[in-house]
Amino acid sequence: MSIFVNQNTRLLVQGITGREGRFHTSQCREYGSNVVAGVTPGKGGQSLDEVPVFNTVTEARTATRANASMILVPPAFAADAIMEAIDAGIELIVCITEGVPVMDMLRVKNYLALKPSRLIGPNCPGIITPGACKIGIMPGPIHTPGGPMGVVSRSGTLTYEVVHQLSQAGLGQTTCIGIGGDPIIGTNFIDCLQAFEADHETEGVVLVGEIGGNAEEEAAAWIQANMSKPVIGFIAGLTAPPGRRMGHAGAIVSNGMGTAAAKLAAFRAAEIEVCEHLGELGSLCTKAMAASRT
Amino acid sequence: MHLHEYQAKELFRTFDIPVPEGRVIRKRSELSPIIDELGLPLVVKAQVLAGGRGKGGGVRLVQTADEANDATTAILGMELVTAQTGGQGKTVHSVLVEQGLNIARELYLSLLIDRDRAEIVIITSLDGGMAIEEVAASTPERIIRIRINPLIGLQGYHLRQLAFGLKLSSQLGKEMATLVRKLYRLFVECDCSQLEINPLVVTTEEQLSAVDAKVEIDSSSLYRHPELAALQDPDDQDPLEAEARDIGLNYIRLEGTIGTIVNGAGLAMATMDLIKQAGAEPANFLDVGGGASSEMIEKGFRILLSDQQVTGIFINIFGGILRCDVLARGVVKAAQKTGLNLPVIVRMEGTNVDEGRRILTESGLALTTVSTLNDAAHELAALRDLR
Repeated sequence: MSIFVNQNTRLLVQGITGREGRFHTSQCREYGSNVVAGVTPGKGGQSLDEVPVFNTVTEARTATRANASMILVPPAFAADAIMEAIDAGIELIVCITEGVPVMDMLRVKNYLALKPSRLIGPNCPGIITPGACKIGIMPGPIHTPGGPMGVVSRSGTLTYEVVHQLSQAGLGQTTCIGIGGDPIIGTNFIDCLQAFEADHETEGVVLVGEIGGNAEEEAAAWIQANMSKPVIGFIAGLTAPPGRRMGHAGAIVSNGMGTAAAKLAAFRAAEIEVCEHLGELGSLCTKAMAASRT
Repeated sequence: MHLHEYQAKELFRTFDIPVPEGRVIRKRSELSPIIDELGLPLVVKAQVLAGGRGKGGGVRLVQTADEANDATTAILGMELVTAQTGGQGKTVHSVLVEQGLNIARELYLSLLIDRDRAEIVIITSLDGGMAIEEVAASTPERIIRIRINPLIGLQGYHLRQLAFGLKLSSQLGKEMATLVRKLYRLFVECDCSQLEINPLVVTTEEQLSAVDAKVEIDSSSLYRHPELAALQDPDDQDPLEAEARDIGLNYIRLEGTIGTIVNGAGLAMATMDLIKQAGAEPANFLDVGGGASSEMIEKGFRILLSDQQVTGIFINIFGGILRCDVLARGVVKAAQKTGLNLPVIVRMEGTNVDEGRRILTESGLALTTVSTLNDAAHELAALRDLR
């Protein structure tokens, strides 16, 4: 079991002929993802490394029954690409692109609310169900199939660090999701936690947050009220100076709101296991999972 | 990106939003023709990108030409310290000289984005001139919040909620509606992330005027607003930060001594935290990003090396898009070119890690290579004790 993606995922890539698009398509295929189509306007009819390329998402979906899309287009075209995928009825849309204007995402997010599609990102590494399907730019080999851990994070490389430690500690992963570092994103922590709670194979979840916004606090409240499985939480940015955007557009402490300390306090109040030293995450998870099984 | 008050007001003028008549000057000698042109009284306002200028002595109301001269002399070039500038303060390079108004009362008006609900919010209050956080804490009933779904945009009922909520006269209510329509259009068209007018003045002639203006533009949108991008104030930025930005690096200078190079913002923050936990202080945040080339890493490296406070460097890379071998070549090249003489700890994991470590080891450079974060913490503690 897993959440959102599995061996039945039929992936199309928007922006497949770009440098990033081509490279990451080949990486996903190498991992075993079933890439059935690519979309680049004006390049329809061509094929790239045996993957047929279409001019529009609707054409690609009709011809190949693609049910998921990975978007690797420049920021100026990202909102357009997401909405095209929504209108074509793509079930899962993963937008990797960083630097999408917030005003664009305001419209996308509200449009998405009217439609059945799920969006992951933007500004995210993507989603992977180890051994089954990788949609994104994460390094495949660090992951271990079969669970018991689910991973959800606002970051990219920090997620790889966490996954690597889990794998080193002998804890496999059901699904790992980077939800993105922007202020406005599609799928949020609670959506993922809900799905992990319902997934039989997931026995525990690592939640990786960072400064800015209120998502970790809301997740903590949800966990306390609804989650039966253990959650291990980490927050990046204890030393971040206020008022500065720490790389991610969404990572900013403003007017004293969104601090790492407040998020850790919310975790503790919700009885979430807090990882204080990143280097100890793997061993902490091992202990937490052993305790939950007894 | 924050705009200066005078820049925000120029933007307001292009949207036909009422602001007081004013001129910006960078030298005191430019003042006297402005006094002749605008008349008295005047308000002299320091132009720095920080709130709380009034309390810090950066805003003065003057009644005579002599007072105007004194105020300008005092404010131009001063190190203005406010609640938002930090202890060092900010140097005032320009002042805005504006006509004084006959103020009947002061309102508060702002537009912002609610990131959790994906809405544009208009916040307004009868208590202009006060910090909105204080009003929210003491008299929340005096604040009116109007939430706007960006798919439908600003509607008539939003404006009625606002006018009736503030108990404005019919005439003033209409003026307010016109003003808010223009502000909303500006907010959306210019990709603002925040816009605040405090105070929004009602004059004794029952006219509205934006006496202050704070505007923040979404940096991600600047590609489609070259005219706004050109407003970036080079004086407001740390020179190293500006240099890093120009070559596409995410760099923020901090107070400590351990320089860091990390790929990814989340890991870079966690690395700063790790340095602090090891008992040292991070000198910076530096995210070399996903698509960083050897050349960009080299440039980032040079930036760290030109920070005189840096006594040691910690490189923490988890290879995903950025492969470890690419990073390793960048580090080696930069170290050789810059004649690196500081202790460097390198921690690498991920794609092509073995190749990356091989390149570092065979480089002949004095690098300490570690594989886990715990090992890195021990080395950092050793680096701290060395000092």
